[in-house]
Amino acid sequence: MADLHNKSVAQLAAMLKHKEVSAVEVATRFLARIGGNPHTAFLDVNSEVTLAQARASDEKIAAGTAGPLEGVPIAHKDIFVTKDFVTTAGSKILQDYRSPFDATVVMRLRDAGMVTLGKLNCDEFAMGSANENSAYGAVTNPWDTTRIPGGSSGGSAAAVAARLTPAATGTDTGGSIRQPAAFCGITGIKPTYGRASRYGMVAFASSLDQAGPMARSAEDCALLLSAMCGPDLDRDSTSLNVAKEDFSRLLTMPAGDKPLAKAGKDGKVLKIGVPQQWWGGNADQTQWLSELGMLPAPSHLLQWETWSLINAGLKKLVELGAEILPVQFDKPELAIPVYYIVCAAEASSNLSRFDGVKFGHRAKDFSDLADMYQRTRSEGFGSEVKRRIMIGSYVLSHGYYDAYYLQAQKIRRMIADDFQKAFAQCDVIAGPVAPTTAWNLGAKTDDPVANYLADIFTLPASLAGLPCMSIPVGLSEDQMPVGMQLIGNYLQEAHLLNVAHQYQLHTEHHRQVPGGAA
Amino acid sequence: MALTSHDIDRLAQLSRLQFESPAAERMLEQLNGFFEIVEQMRAVNTQGVVPMAHPVDEMQGLSKAIADADAHGMTLRLREDVVSEPNQREANQRSAPAVESGLFLVPKVIE
Repeated sequence: MADLHNKSVAQLAAMLKHKEVSAVEVATRFLARIGGNPHTAFLDVNSEVTLAQARASDEKIAAGTAGPLEGVPIAHKDIFVTKDFVTTAGSKILQDYRSPFDATVVMRLRDAGMVTLGKLNCDEFAMGSANENSAYGAVTNPWDTTRIPGGSSGGSAAAVAARLTPAATGTDTGGSIRQPAAFCGITGIKPTYGRASRYGMVAFASSLDQAGPMARSAEDCALLLSAMCGPDLDRDSTSLNVAKEDFSRLLTMPAGDKPLAKAGKDGKVLKIGVPQQWWGGNADQTQWLSELGMLPAPSHLLQWETWSLINAGLKKLVELGAEILPVQFDKPELAIPVYYIVCAAEASSNLSRFDGVKFGHRAKDFSDLADMYQRTRSEGFGSEVKRRIMIGSYVLSHGYYDAYYLQAQKIRRMIADDFQKAFAQCDVIAGPVAPTTAWNLGAKTDDPVANYLADIFTLPASLAGLPCMSIPVGLSEDQMPVGMQLIGNYLQEAHLLNVAHQYQLHTEHHRQVPGGAA
Repeated sequence: MALTSHDIDRLAQLSRLQFESPAAERMLEQLNGFFEIVEQMRAVNTQGVVPMAHPVDEMQGLSKAIADADAHGMTLRLREDVVSEPNQREANQRSAPAVESGLFLVPKVIE
């Protein structure tokens, strides 16, 4: 079966179930594609472990005890701890670290029958938007290997786009699933904060970190998300006590020409809110609406080509029966300092555990305990991680806490409340994921603030803890993918995935393959 | 108000990090670049706004408005203080930099 690597998660699950292909065959195909490590996407592979898992899946299929995704391969972002693979979080301080346990998300996907292909490269401790902050080398974008894949789940996005795996896990703290998914032309979703257990996810910013799937369609993401989520009450105090859900349940709704005309609240028309301040255009709302898709210029926040492809995506949603209305978010730029203060504060606290005592790297030469800590951490952490720890120490320190950290938390509340005002008018919010397409490797390496500014569209939903996703809406003139962001209210993942699925049923953008990966 | 090299020394000490020159100068410049974009935030009137430490906190206040959710599920909780993990000393110490007789080794701290 020559095109096995092009099959979706849903297709592979069905083929395995009907014994058209064995789990060992599928795993062998993907391991062969991973060999040589294209795009530096993988950090650890262990074919013995993978093939043993595949053999066990074949036995379960034969015995009739298969899980819903039995034998389908997946690879995990190296932020999830794993017993059978090394876990580094992209950091030198965790070089060769082996966890004594599996993260809950890893365990749940194993329980569903999935076979682990290995661990995926990422920015160190998930801090970055370009995957250039990995201690083990930058990941390249399969659409153009001179460009970044996005970050921090850059290895996950590149591996899915290059057909090295049909699916991957990612984590999203401020956009780390959505932005690389957009830059690599795949589909990814971050669920509501608290849906997926954080147990065994190396902590970066605890009030923001959330796991989610990355794959090639909304349909596949729904299957994966259903397997990943659910309460984990004894192991994660922020895990929501809401029942496990089948996120695919709305995808089978009667389609027809205008499926979104009935996809809103109570079967009414789906109302899509578009944040006017993200978009630019005329302040006169009526005129702005009538001119949607024909605006003379995008806002200063957004590159023209990205803007026009997302506009085309919105038009398609309207064709499918949705209504568009403007919603208001004052001063969208504020999300950047608020996010970077909150995440740095939490990171400086979380990363204090890396002291060279219980695990990880320890400096060779030191004079006393304090010197050992300092040398160990200075050798083990990369520059972006050090910057965020320093910012965190500053904003939490005596005399600065109120002005920075507390003020950021208050504006965080205002941003979350803005979303609730918007959701009183609309079912889903749509907008860009990133202001531009993927930039060149090295273009922003020495300018951390330039990297932070590019996160403007993903940060607000992260701060609020809302479910959000990225779907491909086409290629730019230079053949680079653009993603559209969809944001739902708390716990509305199934609705969000249905909107994305209906779009994908009527478009081909998510089927485009980077050159050389077919 | 820009940070100074004295601040960098103090923050490095608090963070248990060390910066040699020119890394210290670069750090100072980059932190000052960051705090320039923070300035806009300080001007926002947040009087009476309750700080949001956590999304679950926002969800809790809204749980009635959100379909499928109940207030009970939207809380942060503490588990019972009981032992839930088996003893796995060997597995837990496998990745430790220095271990002897089942103990983690650290430099002498008491004379």
